[in-house]
Amino acid sequence: MTGTVLEVDGLSVDIRTPHGTVRAVDKVSFSARRGRTLALLGESGCGKSMTAQAIVSLLDPTAEVAGGRVVLDGTDLVAADEQTRRAMAGPELAIVFQDALTALNPVYTVGTQLAEPFRIHRGLSRKQARREAVDLMARVGIPEPETRVDTYPHQFSGGMRQRLLIAIAVALSPSVLLADEPTTALDVTVQAQIMHLLRELRTERDMSVVLITHDLALVAEQADEVVVMYAGNVVESGPVREVFDRPRHPYTKGLLDSVPVHAARGDDLKSIGGAPPDLHSIPSGCVYQDRCPLARDLCRTCRPEPAEVAPGRTAACHFSAEVK
Amino acid sequence: MTHTADTGTVDPAGPAGEPLLQVRDLTKTFPIRSGGRTRRLRALGGISFDLRRGETLGLVGESGCGKSTLARTLLMLERPDSGTVRFDGVDPFTLRGARLLQWRRRVQMVFQDPFASLNARMTAGDIVSEPWRTHKDLFRSAKERSARVRQLLGLVGLRAGDENRYPQEFSGGQRQRIGIARALALDPDVIVCDEPVSALDLSVQAQVLNLLNDLQRQLGVSYLFISHDLSVVRHVADRVMVMYLGGIVEQGGTEAVFGRALHPYSAALMSAAPSLDSDGRSEQIILKGELPSPLSPLSGCRFRTRCWKATDECAAASPELTPDPDDDGHTAACFHPMGEGAEPVPAGRGAR
Repeated sequence: MTGTVLEVDGLSVDIRTPHGTVRAVDKVSFSARRGRTLALLGESGCGKSMTAQAIVSLLDPTAEVAGGRVVLDGTDLVAADEQTRRAMAGPELAIVFQDALTALNPVYTVGTQLAEPFRIHRGLSRKQARREAVDLMARVGIPEPETRVDTYPHQFSGGMRQRLLIAIAVALSPSVLLADEPTTALDVTVQAQIMHLLRELRTERDMSVVLITHDLALVAEQADEVVVMYAGNVVESGPVREVFDRPRHPYTKGLLDSVPVHAARGDDLKSIGGAPPDLHSIPSGCVYQDRCPLARDLCRTCRPEPAEVAPGRTAACHFSAEVK
Repeated sequence: MTHTADTGTVDPAGPAGEPLLQVRDLTKTFPIRSGGRTRRLRALGGISFDLRRGETLGLVGESGCGKSTLARTLLMLERPDSGTVRFDGVDPFTLRGARLLQWRRRVQMVFQDPFASLNARMTAGDIVSEPWRTHKDLFRSAKERSARVRQLLGLVGLRAGDENRYPQEFSGGQRQRIGIARALALDPDVIVCDEPVSALDLSVQAQVLNLLNDLQRQLGVSYLFISHDLSVVRHVADRVMVMYLGGIVEQGGTEAVFGRALHPYSAALMSAAPSLDSDGRSEQIILKGELPSPLSPLSGCRFRTRCWKATDECAAASPELTPDPDDDGHTAACFHPMGEGAEPVPAGRGAR
């Protein structure tokens, strides 16, 4: 595909637990393009954050990549050695986390933390790096950057901390920016400010943004493509408009139906019965069978692979044609 | 609904049209000591509203606007500095002893976090029946109590056998059902729901919202429904209040407020919330700056520092809640309410 900078191909992640090894991410594939936003959408525990952590090689020690490739500008990060990965972290690939207070170091000034990428990757002097840090703070909309550069993270509000994290992430103009629930902890008016900033930076630096979120409305507004995950598997993918207008997987359909819409105020919402499966007891066959209104014998025995249902769209369902 | 608790002062059915809860000019400040001096944080700056029987009143606003302080005051967990609360004609803050205990049954709460709000060392049955340890006079025998526990669990969609299980054996949605059963145990008139579904996944959130809706239809209970999720509030609420920096800036029927916000802050809040059908909507209003500190109250309008319509008038005087000429029940505290049609707004949507 043209403009593809990040290609994730059959990525699997295993977690070792006291009760045995479980597969948290199962053969996930997608590709992200320059200047576009791709959303990884799913509910808690679906494996979306773990996919992001695997891409940036920040998996918890109990988890490991069990297979697949993560190709960034021609380099497979899974096969690459530590040194190569480190050299690419920052100039090529960066991540913004949800919780800005724990992601920032409380004992260093924000200036020191913003200057770090320039010191490490560009070898700038303290003074030069500090100047870059001030410019960067101004760029992400922090008032009075010259004085605030010497203050500590706890002296900033939630929205301002998220701006700082974004500043650190985009410092070296990466090709791909992963944003893991970047606005979940923020109020909506602040969320709007942050998403506005991310969009500007994406266009300005021709980055690819991978937005990891559980918020369907945010996906509808911000993303070009969406990858829907359930129990570690990609169940549907494609252009956001098409997927949301006409979902081809019963889970996507169920999620969309669960969103309150004002047209039906006071009426019962359609909800998905039950709960996602425990990773220790993922059923053989389709991962969604226990909650699916279309499930039948084939679904219990044979797991559907993602198949093309329209140009640029996939769905992992034996009966995707029946999803209405 | 029938009350096991009767204050003995007022007919439980209440006079027709009389609101169940009347709140007038409620203020609350907290002392903040720093550097040897004490300043006062103004959490509530003159709140007035009514809650009617069987209705759902939505309360929206961002962190720090005073939503939770208001909820805590209604539960009598905080005492207001000034202002009055009348619940079914009685000011609960004047009650003492047994009368106060009886009053407390009538307002209950459902908490946000179903993981932190249930004691992990108590079974579901113990949690639901715990309120009766304080309110001892409700049941004569253990047999009656356990029958009622099973009935309550059934009411919220859990199985009778679940009473012997511990919270950690349940999913997030089921835990929230336990929290709701506990709130119902004293047969309240009002349940304050503080972000009851924001910790839940979307598919489970819908189940819990449906349950709250069913319970209201069956029991006639009123909800004060606090949420930062505007689509949820729009779905469940009959009327809505919008709070900003300790004050109500707008209130009215849900469709009136969401369909035609009068206060610039409400308009900005609603335009900022992402929505699934974003194609046909108007320009997004991106507010500049951040919430001013509640430690140093502003003169005039509380929103003027971030408002693109602010004039000298807004600094000179505080706007009162004023009814919309077309709709009596829709009020906004603004000198320059949002008009019809297109208006210049700050920073529109960026291009995709």
